[in-house]
Amino acid sequence: MSAEPVYKKVFGRPESLKEAATHYCPGCGHSIAHRLVAECLDELGLREKTIGVPPVGCAVLAYNYFNFDMIEAPHGRALAVATGIKRVQPDKFVLSYQGDGDLAAIGTAETIHAANRGEMISAIFINNAIYGMTGGQMAPTTLLGQNATTAPGGRDPELHGWPIDISRMLALCDGVVYVERCTLSSIKQIRKAKKAIKKSFQCQLDRLGFSLVELLSPCPTNWKLSTQDSWDWVSEEMVKVYPVGVIKDTTGYEDKK
Amino acid sequence: MNEKVLMRGSDIIGEASVRAGCRFYAGYPITPQNELPEYLSARMVEVGGTFIQGESEIASINMLIGASAVGSRVMTSSSSPGIALKQEGISYMAGLELPGVIVNMMRGGPGLGNISPSAADYFQSTRGGGNGDYRTPVLAPAGCQELIEMTFLAFDLADNYRNPVMILGDGLMGQVMEPVVFPDFLDLNKLPQKDWALTGCVDREARAIFSMYLGEKGELCQHNLELQEKYDRITAQEQRWETIMTDDADLIVVAYGTAARIAESAIEEVRGQGLAAGLFRPITLWPFPTAPLRELAQKGRKIAVFELCLGQMVEDVILSVGERVEISFHGVPGGVIPTPAEVAEFLNSVAKGDGKVGRRIEV
Repeated sequence: MSAEPVYKKVFGRPESLKEAATHYCPGCGHSIAHRLVAECLDELGLREKTIGVPPVGCAVLAYNYFNFDMIEAPHGRALAVATGIKRVQPDKFVLSYQGDGDLAAIGTAETIHAANRGEMISAIFINNAIYGMTGGQMAPTTLLGQNATTAPGGRDPELHGWPIDISRMLALCDGVVYVERCTLSSIKQIRKAKKAIKKSFQCQLDRLGFSLVELLSPCPTNWKLSTQDSWDWVSEEMVKVYPVGVIKDTTGYEDKK
Repeated sequence: MNEKVLMRGSDIIGEASVRAGCRFYAGYPITPQNELPEYLSARMVEVGGTFIQGESEIASINMLIGASAVGSRVMTSSSSPGIALKQEGISYMAGLELPGVIVNMMRGGPGLGNISPSAADYFQSTRGGGNGDYRTPVLAPAGCQELIEMTFLAFDLADNYRNPVMILGDGLMGQVMEPVVFPDFLDLNKLPQKDWALTGCVDREARAIFSMYLGEKGELCQHNLELQEKYDRITAQEQRWETIMTDDADLIVVAYGTAARIAESAIEEVRGQGLAAGLFRPITLWPFPTAPLRELAQKGRKIAVFELCLGQMVEDVILSVGERVEISFHGVPGGVIPTPAEVAEFLNSVAKGDGKVGRRIEV
């Protein structure tokens, strides 16, 4: 007589994600980033006290996928909206989730000043070097030579200026305690990204200050590359301009270990 | 009864706001309204609220969006060019159905203009500079005690209708000092419950506040129709106005805010000279008190509209009165404040029909 098989759940949908199919394109990094955020919230037991602010851009509908309270913000203003939330409800966990156009172009002022005030907010910054939602226009983070519908022939610094590294700019602000850049283009990096997101969340829980995790993320549709080529382009080209790793860390967390 | 105190207009709004339950203020410096954020920078701390000097008017109005979404009574203030920058946020607040109070102490325009009192933002306030089919109630106080009443009313209207509400003054209204009596602090626990606010999804479904409706079944159309139903209710229920000496008047003067104060003195002057003039003062600019003004526009009467700009509210007067009676307009733009005697000249000119001051409106 054989014993009843004992099943142990080893993988499932995080509670912080709704049971919904996303509108993201095949190969897009948003789905991975959503899952990492959701896993971290679950593991820290934060879902029921989280209020999130999505961007205007591809993740504008994130409230259809994340299973916690969220409010839409005008384009670029997520960190101003998040500031208002966190100041009134300091015990809530407040999270912004923004793309490069939102965070590093139209919302540059809101981003820098929320960070510099040291708002107790965690920002997730998806950098895919392109305007995805509107169809492939040049982003502030578009690489030199990279094609975009508004940079035909590739980004030329004389015509279009240089790619901006806002994470390094933010690291100069005294209110910022932790900035790390990871990619969503390899299993190893994705695991690193999750650790970084969790650390950023811990910064907020410990009321240390502002923190941001930048995720270099593939956009096969607007880069006009296959999924695999997109991952390779992140790992081989994007990281030359935006090197991965810890950009700033004054948390002291490592010291405790 | 609380004691009478002598205070400046901007400070009065600040004190009234915290007594009305406001616990979040964000704003950016701009003359002539800086005394209000300065007052609240200290007062908010005393009452356990939040004061933030934002990096811009845009950031400030968006901080209001966040603070309002989690249930606080919220306020920002600015002056004309700064209000222009806030219009994006005001449109979003209307679309998101978030309450909040916006104070505009108007200055001369267009562009940088000057810092003198002006009333050239009637269109900006009542028509809105933000995108979409939305409306913003606009309250136009004409004295310091009324600043208090309007501040309390603004927060109540905002909460009751889940909509941004504007208090429209000017540089003079912000600077003038008058004795006032404040009501007691409202009990925050007795304010309207906000069962829509974001509080964290404990024992309930996750909640989203948004203004985007992409559905193909006319969801955005439906959203707009529901907003319109709300605006219709506001129009029906919230019109406010004051009449002074209109019963026997042959000439009805229409003016609001500071212009109404000047007009009132001018009316006293012309009455001394034998001209029976009276004042119709809209207190809500939107919804404009259309029917009450139309009622005053009886045969044999004339209407004289006086504004501190070159003619904006006069369009609402025309829409209200049409061709029933003769309408004349006189406006002074650019932050110049005319004396009551100058306005009296206008009123006498209208009465005589000599066309020397102001202009006859052809409808």
